[in-house]
Order: sequence, then C-alpha cells, then structure tokens
Amino acid sequence: MTKDMQDESEIFRGTTTGSTRLRDPKSVRGTPKAGMPAFVLGEELADIADHDPRIVVATADLASANRTNDFRDRHPTRFVNFSIAEKNMITAAAGMASTGLIPYVATFASFAAILGAEAIRTDCAYPMQKVRILGSHSGMSMGFYGSSHHALEDLGMLRCMADLTVVCATDANHLRAILRASVEHPKAMYIRLGRGRDPVVYNEVPDIEFGRALRLREGTDLTIITCGSQVRASLDAAEALAKQGISVRVVDMFTIDQMDKDEIRAAVEETKAILTVEEHNITGGLGSAVAEELLELPRTTFRKHGVPDKYVEVGPPAALYASYRLDAVGITGVSRELLTKV
Amino acid sequence: MIQPRKNVSLSVLEGRAKFIRTETVRLSRIAGAGHYSSTFSCAEILASLYYEQMSLEPSKPDWPERDRFVMSKGHAAIGLYPVLADLGYFDPSELDTYTRLGSNYGDHPDMKKVKGLDFSSGSLGHGLSVGVGLALAGRMTGRDYRSYVLLGDGELSEGQIWEAANSAGHFGLQNLVAIVDRNGLSIDGHTEDVMSVEPLDDRFAAFGWSVQRIDGHDLSAIRGAFDNLHSGDHGKPQVIIADTVKGRGVERMEMSLDWHVGNLVGEDYDDVMAELEAGLKPYTPENLQ
Repeated sequence: MTKDMQDESEIFRGTTTGSTRLRDPKSVRGTPKAGMPAFVLGEELADIADHDPRIVVATADLASANRTNDFRDRHPTRFVNFSIAEKNMITAAAGMASTGLIPYVATFASFAAILGAEAIRTDCAYPMQKVRILGSHSGMSMGFYGSSHHALEDLGMLRCMADLTVVCATDANHLRAILRASVEHPKAMYIRLGRGRDPVVYNEVPDIEFGRALRLREGTDLTIITCGSQVRASLDAAEALAKQGISVRVVDMFTIDQMDKDEIRAAVEETKAILTVEEHNITGGLGSAVAEELLELPRTTFRKHGVPDKYVEVGPPAALYASYRLDAVGITGVSRELLTKV
Repeated sequence: MIQPRKNVSLSVLEGRAKFIRTETVRLSRIAGAGHYSSTFSCAEILASLYYEQMSLEPSKPDWPERDRFVMSKGHAAIGLYPVLADLGYFDPSELDTYTRLGSNYGDHPDMKKVKGLDFSSGSLGHGLSVGVGLALAGRMTGRDYRSYVLLGDGELSEGQIWEAANSAGHFGLQNLVAIVDRNGLSIDGHTEDVMSVEPLDDRFAAFGWSVQRIDGHDLSAIRGAFDNLHSGDHGKPQVIIADTVKGRGVERMEMSLDWHVGNLVGEDYDDVMAELEAGLKPYTPENLQ
C-alpha cells in the first residue's frame, strides 16, 4: 500500500459507521472490542431454536471461530461437532434433515463450499433437504492464512446447482434476517458469511425476501451491484463519489442464484452504467451472474470488479483489499474509470 | 424392541430373494442395461430386511418411527424398487416405466420420486454418513428406530465412509446398522487387487463398531445376525459383514467381471430366467471365472 493509499483509506474509514478494517484472527475470538459488532451466528440460531425444536447445529472443529459454541452452550443436545470431516458433516446433516430437522452446518467457506461441494449437490440440493450450509470467513478474509483458506470460487461453484439457494450475509443484522427467513425456506441453502465482525450496514434487522435485492442508496450516474463484505465499502465509495458530484446507486444483491432481475433492469434503464463489486474470483460469481442477465437487456456500460483469476498473495486482509481495490478507495477509483467510458 | 419379527418363513424369504433377481432381469431388459451382479449379491439381505426385519408402514411412507434403509450402493436400486412395489408403496405397474423418459425409477434412486425410499443415492461413499445423520436425529428426537445402511465393498475405498465410521463410533450410534455386501469385486477386479479392504472385521472394530461376519446368502445366518443386534445399551454402532458372491444365482455371472453392467436379450434372457426360477444351486469356487 502506498502512502497515498494509506492516507486516503484513513479518510474513508472515517465515513463508515463501522470499521472497514478486518482484524487479525486473535481478535475474532473472545470479547468483541468496543464498537465492533459481534459474530451473532450461534446466538441468533440459539434464539431461533428456543422456539423451534427442529433447529440443530453442527460444525467441524470450528465452534469457537464461528461462534456456534454460543448455540452449543444453550442447546447442547442439538449440537454436533463432527471434527475435521466436512463431507461427513454435510451428508449427515442431510440425513438429519430427511427426518424433519433443520440442520445449520458451519465451517470456513473454503471447506464448506469447495471441499463439500459434491455433498452439497448430491445430498442436500438434489434430494431437496433443508440443510443450511454456513460458509464463514469467505473470500480472502483469511488473509495471510493463504489460498487454501480462501474461498474465492464458492459462489461460482454453487450458484449453478439447482435447488440450492445461495445468499451472502452483509453484516450481523442482515445475517439475523437471513437466518430467520431461512427456517421455512423449502430448499437447501448456502449462506456465505464474512469473518463475523463485519462493518455495519444495517442498523436494524432488515426485512428481506430471498431473490429481492436491497437498494441501499439512490443514484443516477452509476449502479454498484454488490454483496457481502463489499456492501459497506461500496456505500463508502458512493459517499465519496457524491462529494465529487457523481450520483451512485448501491444495491445489495445478496441472493446470488435467484437474482433480482427487476433490479438489474432498473439499473440499466435508470442509471448510466453498472459496476459489480465482489470479494470473489472475477469469473463465475456475482459479476458473472449479473452479466448473464445483462445479455438479455438493452446494452449498457458494465464492468465486473473482483479478484483477478489468480491465487492471491498472502497479507493482512485490509492490505489485500487495498491491493485488489476492494475497499472504498479502490471502488471509488474503479467507478471513476468506468464512468469515463459512458 | 425396535422391530418385531414378522414370523416369515425362510422359504418365503427365499422366494422374495428370487423375486428380486427375476425382477432385476426383467427391468434390465426395459432399460437395455442393468446392474445384475451387484443386485444378486444382496438379494437375500434385501429380502430379509424388508420382509422380516424392518419396522415399516407402507400405507404411511413418512411414518416418523419407521426404520430407515439407505442403499449406499445405489446401483442396486433395481432390486429395491420391486420390493417397495410389492410391499404396497406404489403400484407395481409403475415399474414398467423403469428408466424410460420421465420415469420415477432410474438406475440410481431418487427419494423425491420413489415412495418408500428413505434417501437418494448413487454417488458412492455417502450412505454411511446419511445413516449417521439419521441415527443422530433419532437420538435428538427420542425415537428409537434403527437405520440400516447397505454398503458395497468397493465403495469402502471412499474416505467419507471412514469419516462416517469414525463418527458413528465416537457418537456411540447403536441404532446404526451397516451391512457390507462383501461380494469381492469392484468394476476393475477383485477388491484385494484393486484396493484391499481386508481385514474388514478389524478395520470396523478399530473404529469402535460391534462386528459380525456371516454368509450373506444364508437366510438363516442373516436372520441370526439381525437377532444378534444388541438392543441393550452398549453404545456401539453395529456392522454385519455379509460375505457374498457377486452375481449369485446366475452361473455365468458369479464372480465374473463381465456382468457389473450387462444386457440379457433373446435366448440368454430366457435361459437366465429359467435358471433363476429353478432356485439357487450350491455355489462352489470352481464356478470362478
């Protein structure tokens, strides 16, 4: 990161309601720092389970990292730790689901989605079992742990599976909304999570419907269609661009595989260009999904922004985001470049 | 007791095993191809489970207390469909659509389409994990049904089987019963040449399982093994290793590598049907090809 970028990122950090910086792994555990949102996964599932005996939770030796231990502590008989055996966990969850239970299985996205892909397809999606696979620490949020622990391909791999609903959680309140809505959802689900202490976008639990995007900011020059970790950064970029006289719409397209086509059409008709922003390989993810829809719509100026088709360097997450222009500074720059082509 | 004995005579079970074999031959002709030999090796096991051992209510396929069966070696589903029809889960005439466009009955079974089928299968190595989930669910919901999983011996090379075996031992899933159809062959050869699975008893025992080993074509021995399943609380999952003969019942198929998938037509079809109708002849290793 150059000094200029550092300076600029300090400015942008000041515009957020939460920090856009991701913390090192030690700070993920234990007591959240003041002002940081907590990883609500286990707590919210435990709350739901208080009133729904069908809810069960499993993990693969990561109960502390994904805070499913909060569920374990409150509902120990409905919690299973499968240790480091993700395929067994996902398939066993499907077996549990076939009896009417609703299992939520959580591990790092790299193992849940990439290692577990065939179990997700063959045992959860194809037989229409209500298993909810929770892939936390997605994208490159594991930073210097390296590509084995990154999940930059999960959306592309899973969104082409029939009868699997793929959604991205944006922050704690959004995750709460997704979990609550997921209980009665008839299909298997993959829920992509960040590291759990994600910067705040939603100050309250939003009303959501799978397949309906959330338009978070109105604008006329550019629409940024984004999801997950990049929503906060995109909003911050939109704020910065507004100060430069550029009006940017920001859409949280959190449902990836039942994409909100009306929202894409509106972006084509009402704004001059579309930029997709995602913490995912540029091939196969949100941007590709939007591009597929755009092929059937009137021509517009469009760019996909994400991680290039490569295995990224190691580094602290914030440095990686800055390096790949997946922070407010970077998105601001990419947006300006795109608008020169309108 | 989990499942009451239904007082079925061994001769009736023998007849049902024959029925499984002849239906497999008949349905394979509709498809133009069928997994004969993998189904013949487990015919007695299937007959014993479905006509004697399992607690079922065919008029209520979703009965929550029912015993579960997972055919992990999903390619033997051709032998299961006729049993489910025979028990009344669906009209046997539906079997005539086997594998035809839009049929509910494909080579590998789909639980969304087949009434009485407890789980879909086909991708080998998954079924024991399904059984682990079923057994865990039974424990969580206070139901004491038994979950039976029929494993092929070739699929024991899949790592997920041993993830599941390990977890079943760790969790003490006594109501999980695995049956290994130990027919000795996978597609490319004898298991001990392609990838050894022995000593199978010791392998399962090392993962914390209670192990029995029997002649998997001897209906009396199969009954005995099921009778020996513990209903007391010893906290171990239970495996019955059934030594079988791939292709059992049709001499040309017995321990042959040529009949994993095949197609009997014309006189061959008639000859095989007649051979099956005559009943099992004693099997001797000289039949080995």
